Amino acid sequence: MAAPSAALSMSRVINPFWRGRVGNTVKVRQNATFMSYLGWSVDIMLQPPPAKYGGRHTVTLIPGDGIGPELLSHVREVFRFSCVPVDFEVVHVNSADETENDINNAITAIRRNGVALKGNIETNHNMMPSVKSRNNLLRTSLDLFANVMHCQSLPGVQTRHKNIDIMIIRENTEGEYSSLEHESVSGVVESLKIITRNNSFRIADYAFQLAREKGRRRVTAVHKANIMKLGDGLFLQCCREVASGYPDITFDSMIVDNTTMQLVSKPQQFDVMVMPNLYGNVVSNVCAGLVGGPGLVPGANYGRDYAVFETATRNTGKSIANRNIANPTAMLLASCMMLDHLKLHDHASSIRNAVLTTMNETRLHTADIGGQGTTSEVVQSVMRIIQSKGQLTAEL
Amino acid sequence: MSGTMAAALRGSLVTLVKGLSGPRWQHLASRPLSLSSSLSGAEPPPARADATFKVTMVPGDGVGPELMTAVKEVFKAGDVPVEFEEFHLSEVQNMASEEKLEQVLTSMKNNKVAIKGKIHTPMEFKGELASYEMRLRRKLDLFANVVHVNSLPGYNTRHNNLDLVIIREQTEGEYSSLEHESVSGVIECLKIITREKSRRIAKFAFDYATKKGRNKVTAVHKANIMKLGDGLFLQSCAEVAQLYPKIKYENIIIDNCCMQLVQNPYQFDVLVMPNLYGNIIDNLAAGLVGGAGVVPGESYSAEYAVFETGARHPFAQAVGRNIANPTAMLLSAANMLRHLNLEYHSQMVSDAVKRVIKQGKVRTRDLGGYCTTGDFVHAIVENLTHPPLTAKQRL
Amino acid sequence: MAGKMWRSAILNLLRQWGLSVNGKDKIKAQELSRVVGALTTETPQPRTFIRGMQTVTLIPGDGIGPEISTAVMRIFEAAKAPIQWEERNVTAIKGPGGKWMIPPDAKESMDRNKIGLKGPLKTPIAAGHPSMNLLLRKTFDLYANVRPCVSIEGYQTPYTDVNLVTIRENTEGEYSGIEHLIVDGVVQSIKLITEQASQRIAEYAFEYAKNNQRASVTAVHKANIMRMSDGLFLRKCREAAEKHKDVKFTEMYLDTVCLNMVQDPTQFDVLVMPNLYGDILSDLCAGLIGGLGVTPSGNIGANGVAIFESVHGTAPDIAGKDMANPTALLLSAVMMLRHMGLRDHAKKVETACFDTIRDKKVLTKDLGGNSKCSEFTEAICQRVRDMD
Repeated sequence: MAAPSAALSMSRVINPFWRGRVGNTVKVRQNATFMSYLGWSVDIMLQPPPAKYGGRHTVTLIPGDGIGPELLSHVREVFRFSCVPVDFEVVHVNSADETENDINNAITAIRRNGVALKGNIETNHNMMPSVKSRNNLLRTSLDLFANVMHCQSLPGVQTRHKNIDIMIIRENTEGEYSSLEHESVSGVVESLKIITRNNSFRIADYAFQLAREKGRRRVTAVHKANIMKLGDGLFLQCCREVASGYPDITFDSMIVDNTTMQLVSKPQQFDVMVMPNLYGNVVSNVCAGLVGGPGLVPGANYGRDYAVFETATRNTGKSIANRNIANPTAMLLASCMMLDHLKLHDHASSIRNAVLTTMNETRLHTADIGGQGTTSEVVQSVMRIIQSKGQLTAEL
Repeated sequence: MSGTMAAALRGSLVTLVKGLSGPRWQHLASRPLSLSSSLSGAEPPPARADATFKVTMVPGDGVGPELMTAVKEVFKAGDVPVEFEEFHLSEVQNMASEEKLEQVLTSMKNNKVAIKGKIHTPMEFKGELASYEMRLRRKLDLFANVVHVNSLPGYNTRHNNLDLVIIREQTEGEYSSLEHESVSGVIECLKIITREKSRRIAKFAFDYATKKGRNKVTAVHKANIMKLGDGLFLQSCAEVAQLYPKIKYENIIIDNCCMQLVQNPYQFDVLVMPNLYGNIIDNLAAGLVGGAGVVPGESYSAEYAVFETGARHPFAQAVGRNIANPTAMLLSAANMLRHLNLEYHSQMVSDAVKRVIKQGKVRTRDLGGYCTTGDFVHAIVENLTHPPLTAKQRL
Repeated sequence: MAGKMWRSAILNLLRQWGLSVNGKDKIKAQELSRVVGALTTETPQPRTFIRGMQTVTLIPGDGIGPEISTAVMRIFEAAKAPIQWEERNVTAIKGPGGKWMIPPDAKESMDRNKIGLKGPLKTPIAAGHPSMNLLLRKTFDLYANVRPCVSIEGYQTPYTDVNLVTIRENTEGEYSGIEHLIVDGVVQSIKLITEQASQRIAEYAFEYAKNNQRASVTAVHKANIMRMSDGLFLRKCREAAEKHKDVKFTEMYLDTVCLNMVQDPTQFDVLVMPNLYGDILSDLCAGLIGGLGVTPSGNIGANGVAIFESVHGTAPDIAGKDMANPTALLLSAVMMLRHMGLRDHAKKVETACFDTIRDKKVLTKDLGGNSKCSEFTEAICQRVRDMD
C-alpha cells in the first residue's frame, strides 16, 4: 500500500494539470534535463506570464499547409465579428525548408504567448530522414504531453452510430514518436519506443483529473501489454496506480486491437480513454471517423506551460485546399476550446453554439458530411447566428 | 471571385430562411448586411458592433471633467456605442472617500475598461503615503503604462515625424510609498525592484513591439549606480529579449537617454523602463511633440485597461477657462475604442482629430491657436465622417 | 542580518558628514548654521585674493585630456589670466587601510589651492577601484554640481536661447549605494535624503543665484509620490527661499519640468534638485545646447574647495590626433575664473570662444568644422589678444 501511495504523491508533485501554471521550482527541477536538452537555462523557463494585457490576449497563429490558412482566416473573421478580445501573432512555417529556423521561430512565439492555434504543417516524406516532423518537434519542444479530443455525435450529421461521447487523452511526447531510429545492420532498422514512468504517471493523472472535472465515470487505458510487456506494461501499471487515487472513477484496460474493433461495433461503451502515443493516433482517427470525419472534431495539446489547439486528426487536407469546400467546424471548435482555455467562456459558448446550431438545426453542411454548402457559407451562417444572439435581438 | 461569393451567400440566405423563424429572418433582412456584403465581394461583414460597451469614467481633477465632456460630446455625435459610468474621485478639499474608491474598483471589475483624468495629489503629507492614483494602480495591478509619442501632422515642433513608444513599469520602483525617518533629519525612501515585475514589464514591452511590428526595444536604466536594483531590471530585460530573436534589444543609461531624446530622438523605437524614469521620459517625450495636451496614454494590467493622457497633469490653472486641449484625451478615447474592438469608430474619432489639427484653423492655445475647447470639439464633431452607422458606410 | 548591514552603511555615511545618530552629540543648530554659513560665504563670492598670481591645481586627465588642457593653458596665457597651474596626475592608489584614495600630492595640492580644473578621467572597467570622479567627490565632499547651460550662437540645435543652471545635490539620494537583496528576485535600493544635505544645497542654490544675477530658483522634486523624502528636500528649499526673498522661488514636479523643458527651456533659470533628478536633468539640458562637448561643469565642496571639469568622455579613439574639442573644458575654466572673482578675464575668454564658434570659420570636427584642436585654440587666442 505504501508504494502506490508514495508513487501517487510523486504524481501529485509532477501534477501536470495545465491550470496550475505556477513557477514552482520543484517542477522546474524535474524538467531540468529536458530543458537543458532544449538549450534553455532553467532560469529562463521560469518565465513571465503569458501575453495578456488589459483583458486582451495575444495568441500565436500558425496557418500551416493545405486547408490550414483558409480555415484560420475564417476563425479570425469570426473572432473579429464577435468582438473576441484576442489578437493573433501570425507565424508562418515553411514546410519546404529543411532547416529548423521557421519552426524554432514558431516555438519561441508560443513560448512567449503561451497559447497557439495551428493548422497542420506538412511533413514531406521525400526529405532527409533527419528532418523531423515539424508538428512533432513543436509538441516535444514545448512538452505538450497531453493531447485531448472530444468526439461527440452531432444530431445533425448522419453517421452509422449515434450518441457517441468519448474523450480521448493521448500521451503526446514519447512512445513510438521518439524519432530514434537507426539501421543497425544493412536491411535492419530499429525504431525505439520509449515509455517512462514520469510521463506515464502524468498522462494518467491528467486523464483522471479531467474525467473527474467533467463528471465522467469510467477511464479506459488502451495498451498492448500482452506483447510489449515492459513498455506498455509500465504504462498500464502507472494507470492502475493513479486509478487507485480516484475511487469514484471506474478503471479498466483494453488491448488496442480489441479497442478498435469495439469502437466500430459498439462505440457507446467508451467514456474516457487514455493511451500512449501511437495508439492514440489510431484511436483518435477511428473515433473522428465514427462521428462524421476529420472536419468535425477539434483537438488540444496541453503542457504545463503551453497549450496548442488544432484539429483532432491533424491532416493538412491538401487535396481540397483553396476550393472553399473544407469543413470549418473542427477548426472553429478548436478555437472555442482555446477560448475556454483563456477563460473567455462567454465568447467560447456563443461561437460554439452558433457552430452547433449551423450543424444541427440549420443543417448547412459541407461536402465531406454529405452537404452542398461551401466553407464560406458555413462561416457566414455561423456569424449570422452569433449576431442574432447578440444584444440587438433583445430590442426586437 | 465575387461572383462565386455572391452565389454562395445567396445560397446561404436560402438555407437561412429555412432555418430561421419568421421575425428573426425579418430582422436580418431589414439590416441589409448579407446582401450588401455579397455585392461588395471580398469585403468582410461588419464587426458585431451592435452591443453597447460599458466603460468606467473617472474625470479626476483640474481640467479632467472638461476633457471628459469633450469625449462625451464627440462620442455622442459619432454615435459610438459606449456607455459611461461616471465617478468623481478626488483627493483635494477633503473630497477623499474610501467608499468612492471602492465604487470605482467595483465598476472597473465589471467593465474592465476605464477612461480617466489625473487625480491630483495634494503635496501636504498627511500620514497616508500612497496617493489615490497609486492605490488605484496597485489595486488594479495596472503595471504597464504605454505612451505612444507620435508627431501630429500639421503641427510643427522642433522634432517632426517622431514615432516612439514609452513603456513604463508603474507599480514598484521609487513609487513604493515606503518611506521613513530613520534618524531625525534623515529620510530613507525605498526603491524596490523585483525580478517578477521586471520580467513582466519587459515581456509586455516585447509583446507590444511584436504586436505593433516594431523592431527595437531599448531598456532605460541607471545600473551603473544602482547595480543591484536597476541591474536586476536590466538582467530581466536581457533574459526576456532572448524569447524575441527578431527584435533588437539595446540598453541606455537614463541621463544619456534624456540627452539623446532632445538631440536625436529618431534613434529610439520602443523604450522600456522602471517607474520613475518612465515618468521623466513620458513627459520629456510628450514635450517633444507638443506638450501634455496632445499625447495619449494607456495603462494595462492582465485584466484591465485604463485610458488616460500620456503626461498626467491636472492643469489646475486652466480649469473653467475653456482653454484645455482635449486632443490627448480624444486620441486616448479612440485607442480605447480600438481596444473594445470598435475599430471603425476608433478610426473615425482619431481621423477627425488629426484632420482638424492638420487643417490648422482651429487650435487651442497651447498649440498656438486662439480657440476654446468648445470650438475645438465642435470642429472635430464637424469632421466626423458621418453618418457613421449605416451599413453601406460601414462596408 | 542584511538589515544590520545597511543600517551600518547608513551610519557610516552619516559619520562621514560629521553627524551622529545617538543624539548625545547631535550638532547644535547654531553649529550647523555656522557650517552652512562658512560654506556659503566661502563659495562663489568674489574672494579677496592676494594680488597677483593664483595657483590652481590642474588635472589634465586621460585620453584627450592633455590636449584640451594644453589648449586651455594657451588661451589663458593669451588672456593674461593671473593663474599659475600646478599639474597633478591622479590615479587611484590603495591606502594603508586598504581603502582606495587619490595620491597624497594631488590631495595636498588641492587642499592648499582650493581650486582645481580637471579633464576627463577614465575608469577602467573591472579595475577594482571606484571611478576617479566618485573618489574625488568623496575626498573633497563635493556636494554641489553646477552646470550652466547656455545656447551657443552658431552651433545649431533645435533649441535657442537656453540659459539656465542646474544645481544638483551630489552626495546622497538614490546614489547612496545602499542596496540589498531581500529575497532572490527582490532588490531594495535606498534613497537617502538628509536634512543637512538638503539644507546646504538649497542655501547654495540661492547664494549662487544671487551672486550670478539670476532671478529665480526652481526646486525640482517628486513630493507627490515620495512624500517624505522629497518632501523634506522641498521643505528645506522653502526655508532657504524664506531667507532669500529677493530671489523668486518656485517648485515644480520633475515630470512637469521635463515636459516644459523640451517645449520651452527659456522659462527656466536656476534649478535645484536631488541627486538622481540632477543627473538626468543636467544631461538633458546639455542635450538642449548641443551635448556634453560644449557644457561646462563645476563641483562645489565643503571648506571652499571647488573643482571645475569637463564632463565628456576621454574619447580614446581621437586622443593624440589633435581633433578634440576643448570648448567644455575651456568654459569650465571660465566658470572657475568667475568663481575666483576674475570676472573680466572670464568675460574675455568666454567672448572669444563664443565669437569663434559663431564665426564658423575655424571649428573642430564635432562642431561641424574641419579644423584641428590647435587651430581652434589659436583662433581663440587670436581673438583674446585682439581684444586687448
